[in-house]
Parts: sequence; C-alpha cells; structure tokens
Amino acid sequence: MTYAIDADGLRKRFGETQALDGVSLRVPQGRVLGVLGPNGAGKTTAVRILATLLRPDAGTARIGGLDVVRDAARVRRTIGLTGQYASVDEDLTGVQNLVLIGRLLDLSGRDARRRAGELLEWFELTAAASRRAGTYSGGMRRRLDLAASLVGRPAVVFLDEPTTGLDPAKREAMWDVVRSLVADGSTVLLTTQYLEEADQLADEITVIDHGRVIAHDTPVGLKRQAGRRTLTVVPVDAADAPAVAGLLARVSGEEPVPLAGGGASVPVLDEAAMGAAVDGLAAAGVAVSEFSLHLPTLDEVFAALTQPSREEVPA
Amino acid sequence: MSTPTALPAATAPTAPTAPARTGGPLRALRHALALAGRSLLKTARTPEALIDVTIQPAIFLVLFTYIFGGALAAGDRGAYLQFLVPGLLGQSIALAGVSLGTNLNNDITKGVFDRFRSLPIARSAPLVGAVLADVARYLVLFCFLMGFASLMGFRVQTGPLELLAALGVSVAFALSFCWISVLVGMAVRTPGAVQGVMFLLVLPLSFGSDVFVDAATMPGWLRAFVDVNPITHLVGVVRGLLLGGPVAGDLAWTGGWIAFFLVVFVPLALRAYNRRA
Repeated sequence: MTYAIDADGLRKRFGETQALDGVSLRVPQGRVLGVLGPNGAGKTTAVRILATLLRPDAGTARIGGLDVVRDAARVRRTIGLTGQYASVDEDLTGVQNLVLIGRLLDLSGRDARRRAGELLEWFELTAAASRRAGTYSGGMRRRLDLAASLVGRPAVVFLDEPTTGLDPAKREAMWDVVRSLVADGSTVLLTTQYLEEADQLADEITVIDHGRVIAHDTPVGLKRQAGRRTLTVVPVDAADAPAVAGLLARVSGEEPVPLAGGGASVPVLDEAAMGAAVDGLAAAGVAVSEFSLHLPTLDEVFAALTQPSREEVPA
Repeated sequence: MSTPTALPAATAPTAPTAPARTGGPLRALRHALALAGRSLLKTARTPEALIDVTIQPAIFLVLFTYIFGGALAAGDRGAYLQFLVPGLLGQSIALAGVSLGTNLNNDITKGVFDRFRSLPIARSAPLVGAVLADVARYLVLFCFLMGFASLMGFRVQTGPLELLAALGVSVAFALSFCWISVLVGMAVRTPGAVQGVMFLLVLPLSFGSDVFVDAATMPGWLRAFVDVNPITHLVGVVRGLLLGGPVAGDLAWTGGWIAFFLVVFVPLALRAYNRRA
C-alpha cells in the first residue's frame, strides 16, 4: 500500500529540547489523520518537517512517495499548508493575497484571478475580497489562510490547529471544509488539541506527547484500547434496582454505581459481560428501560494516555 | 460557509498542480517580480513608509545647509549646498536600506514567509523580490531629493545624461548595499534590533566620509577610513557627474564595492534565510 504521507522515525532537537523523538506517521491517500497532543508535544514541528519547512535531524518522510528533504521542490507542488497562526499578508486585500499565491504557482494572471474568485466565493469572503486582510475577523483570516493553501489544488493538505481560537459555529464550518476536501480525494493531516475535532474528522488518530507517538488507532479503537467501557442498566420498575445492582456486580466483578433513576452503572472489561447481563436480566424477569454500553469519551482516553507522562514533568 | 457541493470547481486533487510554463532563471525572475509587486502594494498602502526617502533627506538638507553651511563654506551657503546634495544622496541611500531588513524581519516574525517557503518557488525569490521593489524607493529618493534641492537653489552643472548616469550608479549601489540590511534582517530576532544594528553600521559610514565636509580637515587615521569608505566613493562619482570633474577613480572604487557587496552579502543573506526556521 502506498501512503500519501509516510514518516518514519523523525527526530528534531532545538537546543536543549528534543521536540521530536522518533515520530512515525502514515496516512493512506484520501484519508484524514488527526494528530493529537497537548501544547509543546511536537505536533507543529512534525508538520513543519512534512511541509519541507524544517529538516529533520534523523528519520525520513515522504509525501506521495517524494522525500521531503531530497525532493523538497516537488513535494511543494503537491502540498498545501495552513499554519497555526494565519499567515496571510495583512496589508494586502483578500483577493491580492490569493492572486499572489496563484502567480507564484505559475498561474497566468487571468487564471490566478479566477481561482482567487472561486476560493473567495467558496469561503464566503467575496464581500470582503477587496478589503485589507488586516481588517478581517479571526475566523475570516483563518478562512483566507486555508483558501491560500488550496490555490494550487494540493493533493495533501496540512492543517495545523485550524480551529484554535474559533468559536463553535466557525469551528463546525471549518469541519465542513475539511470534509469536502476529503470528499474530493485530498489527504489531510490535521493537528488539534480538541478531541472532539479529531473524533469528528479523523479516520485515524495519532497521539503525540513529548515528541513521541504514544498511541495510534481509529477513534473507536482508541477509546476501546485506552478506556474501560461502562455498562448502564435502568429497570422499568425501581423496585428491581437492587436485583439489577446485584446482577451487574456479579457479571463485572466491580462495585456498581447507583444512578438517580434507580438503575446502576458498572465498568466492564470484556464483551462477555454484556451477554451475561442480558441473560441474567431475562432469567430474573426484570424489564429494563435502558441497557447501554458506553465507550469513554476521547477526553477520558487522552487524559488516560497523557497523564502518566505528564506526572514525570516537574510543574 | 456554503455546502461541500460547492467544492468540485475549487479542488480536484488529482488535477496536476499548476504546471511550470518555463523553467529556470526566467521563472525565478517572474516569481521575484510577483513578490516585488506585493512589496509595492504594501508601500502604496502605507505612504509613511516613504518618509525615509522623502521628508527625512529634505529635513537633513535644510538643517545641514542652514546650520553648518554658513560656517563651513565661509558664509557661502550656495556653494555648500552644491557640495552637500550629492553627499546627502549617498547618506540617504545607506539609510533607506534599513527599512528593507526591518520589513523582511517583520514578514518572518509574522509567518508570511512560511507560506512562501511551502510553495514551489526558488528559496531566494522572496528576498530578491523585496530588493527589486526597493528600486521604486530609490527612484523616489533620487527624484525627490533632486527636486527639493533645486528648489533650495541646487543646480546641476553638467547635463541630463550625467544626471541619468548618477541615477543609474546610485540605484546600482543601493541595490547591492541593501543586501547588508537583508542579512541583518535574517540574522537578528526583532525588527527593532535590525534598525539598531543597521544604524550602528550606517552612521559611521555616512559621517566618516566626505558627505558633509572635506576630508582634508580630518586626522590621518580617519582620512584612511574615509578613503576606503564606499559612501565616499559613491558620493565622489555623483559629485563628478553632477558638478563636473573626474569620476573614473571613484567609479572604479564604487564598482568594486558593488561587486563586493553582491558577492559577499547575497550568499550570506540567502544562507541566513534558509537557516531561519
């Protein structure tokens, strides 16, 4: 299988700080990889290496099969980068920003203007096209920045914390953009601190902390891998609550947590507990109004994954 | 934001990325010109960025003429003005280069250059583009200073061809000298620091010359510095061309300095730019 993004053992040191300590990433074509990690984990360094802005001290990275160091010029033809801080030129208008990028990508003046028009329309910036980008709101700037990275129709798009600092409505609009990029076949690498964002967008998630990959899986797999599921049973008749609690204690071997509505929750480690609980309820003739198995939220997973390493760091 | 269905026209990742129409130096030049256009747009939007090539030299011209002119040229202010104008042109060219480094440093701090670096253009294009855009500033400087000086009574003693030649030499010198500013702009952390370092460099160069007074009045050790100072020789060429007199010696020196600046500071500036992450 060929990967659109294929990084192996990337290391990068800045003075005393080992920003990346052997990071490997793989993204199949047309997929979204979420790179998740706290501030300073190394996400941005990884993106800058993949986008040819930094050379790794060790390790290799290929974009569409092209080495980011040896074939940097060709890699730059296939990528689009949207940085953590919107890198638009505040003194130029929206349209001037995009036309400049088009000209630098060897579009003719006419093609560059047409492409700029398309993108401004798509990002709903047409009305502000002739205004200086310095007058744009934060959300508009992000959109212009993203538009600038799409002028060349890149096959691989790097989004470094594209929604940091955006309000929830703008964040969802940005998610729609990412989804439509993917629908069109682009490969996206997205770094984020927001678990919900990774959960919404990413096919797979790589969790980085202290410059190392500490977990990699699908969102569902990650939740299953790193956290225990919770089985919740609520009987129709509150009088059955003690029976339910007893049953849950038996099948899981853990102490159930009583719920306000008369039911109970209990952590379970394997699927067999589900069947045992169903059988037990049927045998006891208890009618239930809720019977559910919850995966942990990604926040819980993230906390579970990063907490131990956090504690090693003196505050 | 509109629905994803609006997208197809916008991205088609399988479509080839913009094809290179021509390769090599011509393409690099086109990129540099596009980036020069960006700098010019920025200048047009902030006319106050032209103060150092208009009002500032005008103020210097007035100050020096009326404060020192009487004392220096035995009361003949007109004669001092004739002497001072080419000198002040030299000083203003050196000072005008400072803002280039400041602007480039600012661009890097703000992340605009990250975008350029991620594009398939020559690494040097953003720097070359910024330098090319500065031609406009030097043209403004030359025309404004000559115009203002003539209002004060300055007269070119030669002809229009000599005036044009003076313009050509001045711009050529400016375009090579300003690479020092580019290097400093790449090497130090903040725009303010660029200014600090450049003034440390430009002030001794412009005052340790015969811009304001005849070097014959200076002690020997300073005269030795004045004699090799690039500003001295640029001013010598311009004086010769505008007031009449020999230019060959100063022109050879100036050509040598231009070559030196280009050979030494262009590679250093590009290296500093590439290293700056």
